[in-house]
Amino acid sequence: MDAKDILGLPKTPLPIPQEKKSRPQKDSQRKPDGISREVYALTGGVAPLMPSIDVSQLKRRPPSDEKITWQWLPFTSSARKDDLQLYHWVRVVNGVPPTGDYSFAKYNKSVDVIRYTDEEYEKYLTDPKWTKEETDQLFDLCERFDLRFIIIADRFPTHRTVEELKDRYYSVSRAILVARAPSPGEVAGHPLVKEPYNVTQETERKRALSMVLSQTKHQERKDAEVLAEAKRIAESRMAARAAEEPDLPVPSDVGPESAEGAVGPGDTISPSNVQAPAAAIAPSTSVIADNASTLASLRMLRVYLRTYALEQMVQAASSSAGLRTIKRVEQTLQDLGVNLKPKVPTKAVCAEHLELRKEILTLLNLQKQLQYKEAEGSSFRDGSYGDMPGTAKRSQRAADQDRTFVPDTISFGGDRVVKREQKRKGPGRTSETPSSPAGAHKRPRKMKASDL
Amino acid sequence: MVDTSLSKKKDPDQPEISLPTLKSQRTKMGKSEDSEKKKKIKDVEISVPIVYGNAAFWLGKKASEYQSHKWTVYVRGATNEDLSVVVKRAVFQLHSSFNNPTRVVESAPFELSESGWGEFEIAITLFFHNDVCEKPLNLYHHLKLYPEDESGPMSTKKPVVVESYDEVVFTEPSESFLARVQNHPAVTFPRLPAGVTLPPPVSIEDESKKKRGDTKDHPLSQWFLNFSEADELLQLAAARQQVQAHIAKLRRQISLTDGQNQQFKPL
Repeated sequence: MDAKDILGLPKTPLPIPQEKKSRPQKDSQRKPDGISREVYALTGGVAPLMPSIDVSQLKRRPPSDEKITWQWLPFTSSARKDDLQLYHWVRVVNGVPPTGDYSFAKYNKSVDVIRYTDEEYEKYLTDPKWTKEETDQLFDLCERFDLRFIIIADRFPTHRTVEELKDRYYSVSRAILVARAPSPGEVAGHPLVKEPYNVTQETERKRALSMVLSQTKHQERKDAEVLAEAKRIAESRMAARAAEEPDLPVPSDVGPESAEGAVGPGDTISPSNVQAPAAAIAPSTSVIADNASTLASLRMLRVYLRTYALEQMVQAASSSAGLRTIKRVEQTLQDLGVNLKPKVPTKAVCAEHLELRKEILTLLNLQKQLQYKEAEGSSFRDGSYGDMPGTAKRSQRAADQDRTFVPDTISFGGDRVVKREQKRKGPGRTSETPSSPAGAHKRPRKMKASDL
Repeated sequence: MVDTSLSKKKDPDQPEISLPTLKSQRTKMGKSEDSEKKKKIKDVEISVPIVYGNAAFWLGKKASEYQSHKWTVYVRGATNEDLSVVVKRAVFQLHSSFNNPTRVVESAPFELSESGWGEFEIAITLFFHNDVCEKPLNLYHHLKLYPEDESGPMSTKKPVVVESYDEVVFTEPSESFLARVQNHPAVTFPRLPAGVTLPPPVSIEDESKKKRGDTKDHPLSQWFLNFSEADELLQLAAARQQVQAHIAKLRRQISLTDGQNQQFKPL
């Protein structure tokens, strides 16, 4: 407001347009009386749904007819066994001090530890592993420390584990209860009788707990991995069983479909067609399982969009591939002039798209394979493993880069080292990929009609 | 998408237990009478190709600051057939700055017209008839008012149109649904498994009351885009062919290299 004044701007605000997001009413209502404005703002500055502060109580003063004084008076507590007299401030009303026990005495609770007589001990409670003396000591400690067994175990004269002590205490108490009860039915409801202490189970449980607690991070990660793996296997096994039938037609469909759509020499197509599906199946039984589980989950949906289904299938197919590989697949698709997401996602188009992606994955894997094999080969030939494979070729290649366009991965004509005039992608890209000894395994390039 | 070719699959309806003929006939008939409506056909999917998007006209002289465009968002059948055979209603969720941003359209054509200045995401929820699917389906469309080419002049005559093609797939459709849409052009009817016969169709609404729901003569139909799968299929097939050829070549090279490496392997 003041700023506008200083600047000489008009004070009337612009009309709020219909489409701007309407601001919630931020000005707090008139603050309630009884508390200061800042304090009220702490609660949010807005009136609560249910008033949590009863405002009328806030400034209430004690009724004026009462006379209040505070006096330093002695007191005793029923919680104490001695007669210790202590002093404290007491609120005295009209000269009459308050009556009653010390107000905190009621919190002095203790456990009802059952005490047995010697006779009862002889009759019901003897145990080869426990002497009477020990049992007596145990019960004393239990009473003294309100069944805090950790402390009892610490203070117990002979060395006993917490579980042993608990076992002895609970079995003795149970035996006493049962013995003293007029009939078994009456005691049956008592918690000690209903649920006896199970030593072995407890020991086992605590051991397992301590194991989990003391696991190193490394072990934790391993465990998580194993569990995830097991879950995946179980899921895929279930889904594969459920979706077994639809899976079978997939490989056989690939062949005829691509044969239909292909434009080109029929002979060269068929052998590679047969190879491609075979390659798709062999290394990736896990991929098929992934596909099967995706199909199963899609079926569960009852209704879905084709594009969504394609996304899921693509994800399932590339589940084993890293991010870099996925990017390379997408780059390849672009180079081939294919939309990353089909513009007309019909059933047939989606199927083709998926198969194409899988084939590109196979292609990339094979390229890598070939790279490794050639690296192996050249290291064998050089005779020394210390050399970086292809160093000699690399310097040659650097010279090449200065002169001509770098030959791309998929070269035709079989001769890998032949340089061609090809469209260069850009400096950034070529520097990314490492040079290989074969010199011909970069990202695939855009296919030209003349190449076919 | 996996082709649900069903020639190999056994007919799921026929019981495999060998009961005396009379009894099995009775049980079968009883079953089909009771659950005819609900009976779903496994391993069959039926799809409805749709196109959804918007057309936006610039208002030119008549444009004000906050009402610069008049636009229509819609969902239509891909071949402009009537979607109301499948879709019961469509709910368009607009930006919260609009009055009553939840707009419900109860009949075809499923569209909504408004005027405004801003582009935002519209959530379209399709509700289907009871025998089709109980779950609704969500589509998302980003409203486009301004042309891609920002430098070009805006015309009041030619709208900015953005459409997306997709297909709504229903898994395990009920028999009654299939029977009802058997010959409808809006739906891609699947191949039924051997031995499955459909009951006679039961119409869900009064035919005479229905107004025309197809978009063939829609005022905006001249701007609708054409979606042809042929081009895309061709593109994909060509791409696959090339990739497969390279795969073959690589395999040859790999086996060649393997052979070479064998010679030079250190002893």
